[in-house]
Amino acid sequence: MAVAQPKPDLTESRIAALELPKGGAWGMAARADALARLRVMGLPGRRDEYWKFTNPDSLTQVAAPRAALFEAKDEAPLFDAVDRLRIVFVDGVFDAEQSDELSLEGVEIERLADAMARDIHWAREFYGTLETAGQTPVARPLAALNTAFATDGLVIRAVGKAAKPISLVYLHRSETSDAILHHVVRVEEGAELTILENGPAAARFNKCMEISVADRGAFHHVRAQGRDHERRAATHMFARLGAESRYKSFTLTVNGVMTRNEHVIELTGDDASAHVAGAAMGDGKLQAFHHDDTVFVTHGALRCESRQVFKKVLRNGAEGVFQGKILVKPGAQKTDGYQISQALLLDEEASFQAKPELEIYADDVKCSHGSTTGAIDETALFYLRARGVPRETATDLLVLAFIDEAIQEIEDATLQDDIRTRLQLWLERRRRG
Amino acid sequence: MLTIKNLHVKLEDEDKQILKGVDLTVEAGKVHAIMGPNGSGKSTLSYVLSGRDGYEVTDGTATLEGEDLLGMEPEERASAGLFLAFQYPVEIPGVGNMTFLRTAMNAQRKARGEEEVSAGDFLKLVREKAKALKIDAEMLKRPVNVGFSGGEKKRNEILQMAMLEPKMCILDETDSGLDVDAMKLVADGVNALRDAGRGFLVITHYQRLLDHIRPDVVHIMADGRIVKTGGPELALEVEQNGYADILAEVA
Repeated sequence: MAVAQPKPDLTESRIAALELPKGGAWGMAARADALARLRVMGLPGRRDEYWKFTNPDSLTQVAAPRAALFEAKDEAPLFDAVDRLRIVFVDGVFDAEQSDELSLEGVEIERLADAMARDIHWAREFYGTLETAGQTPVARPLAALNTAFATDGLVIRAVGKAAKPISLVYLHRSETSDAILHHVVRVEEGAELTILENGPAAARFNKCMEISVADRGAFHHVRAQGRDHERRAATHMFARLGAESRYKSFTLTVNGVMTRNEHVIELTGDDASAHVAGAAMGDGKLQAFHHDDTVFVTHGALRCESRQVFKKVLRNGAEGVFQGKILVKPGAQKTDGYQISQALLLDEEASFQAKPELEIYADDVKCSHGSTTGAIDETALFYLRARGVPRETATDLLVLAFIDEAIQEIEDATLQDDIRTRLQLWLERRRRG
Repeated sequence: MLTIKNLHVKLEDEDKQILKGVDLTVEAGKVHAIMGPNGSGKSTLSYVLSGRDGYEVTDGTATLEGEDLLGMEPEERASAGLFLAFQYPVEIPGVGNMTFLRTAMNAQRKARGEEEVSAGDFLKLVREKAKALKIDAEMLKRPVNVGFSGGEKKRNEILQMAMLEPKMCILDETDSGLDVDAMKLVADGVNALRDAGRGFLVITHYQRLLDHIRPDVVHIMADGRIVKTGGPELALEVEQNGYADILAEVA
């Protein structure tokens, strides 16, 4: 158990600066419980083992560091071509005017505050529950802080096959916004739901999503974290998966001075599968870039499959971190666990730290992990150049090829192409300066 | 077309001289062959001309239509009209063959101030050229050279050459790893490109490729120099007697 040592000063001053949102008995109780847990854990500090490669200071300090807004100019917003239900948050606050009506065939959607205002509500048994479960064996204080102080969010329940994806758009309009959002997602038996997320959200963004997928349900998640260079984000995805259910998540990150994305997934029903993928492309030239993927997958049932595929392309001092663990509980026989993290370092200033872990308490399992860090393939680069492709273009081609293995983890081919086209465009823009 | 004068080249990291004064002129419309034993510097010559890292030119010049090749980046040499068919074509996972070809074609055109080729025209052209080389649609879709057999890789090199229409083609041991049928196919591809405006430099160990690609001039290279130059009959002499006689003769 790696429980963080209490750090009363830091934690208490952060808590003092926040206000516990009011409303609804069960909501208040869950928040009070989370606050109590946060006080015991304390916010993370540099000495915490789980934060060995990522300095949490800017995520825990009282006020959000200022973040300049990024203008994408004539760039069309991501997912614009996708038929979707669009829900907009501006600096972490739901914006009804810019959003579609919260109504979708096969799905129930409400704002968190509205759900909490009702005594009898399905979300009652989910809010904070998966987050709490995800606190062992490793403490995740920023998630407890989120459950306690989240000011907005959605509760989404899929009862059938959702007619189209729900797209959460996070706009950033204030240079000092400090947003705390908490979503609860329930996919009922045999139901299917896709959630898209994009945008920088705020100067500092703490987001938590709890996803419970019942037997034979399917949940897809595709996220792009926005292009603001100076934004900071700490996100948590807590998922609990029933029998024969499927969970698939992909995250694309290109900018951002600080990003920590945590995935905590528990396979609790037999024959479930969980795929988590991420592609990060960091350039430390304009602003620092630090990107941390921390994943914890627990196999607690028979014949489950999990897959982690993370790719990072880093240059000009950009820093990448991957901490990935597969825990196979006693009795979780026939587990198939796979994990790969790879970094392409385009210069000597970029760095990548990887900590892959397997912990297995069953004797009939297949688990593998791998991690590689490498430079660009000079032979391939020369081959492309010898055919007339300039060095920068050739590098971009190889970068896209490297990243593509993570993009292929997205189930929907149209979304795959959307992400590919976007990356190409960004690389071209970067090249032109 | 290609003029090499007194070219001296050493390895960048080692104090090892590979080329010790190469003089060679390939005229437009002509096919020159370079033969020679292992380690004579044939492949180094092709790499140095195409701009590969790891070599240092210590003396001499190489020009393409009067332009200094050695001062150019590899991509500039390609746009200027130089093409090297690799002895070992490189596999590039994740980059589609078609994407690669089109990117290369358009990059060269752009560098020369020409109009980029449209997607439709490109597709038409690549299908036509691929057909002649018996390269099927499946191969075109696959990542560059990934999972290709030795013969497929070499045919893919010739396809690139046919698409890019260079002025000066260097073929580095294109016959290595080819069976008779594949060699015929590759040779036909090369022969189809022979015209009055294009020069060829064919590097090979063996005479058999030269049965299919008839050279105008044959050079023998040994120990970093061209030691003998003659007509096609020189290749036959090598085939019959090996290099020993020739080397003894010039020593």
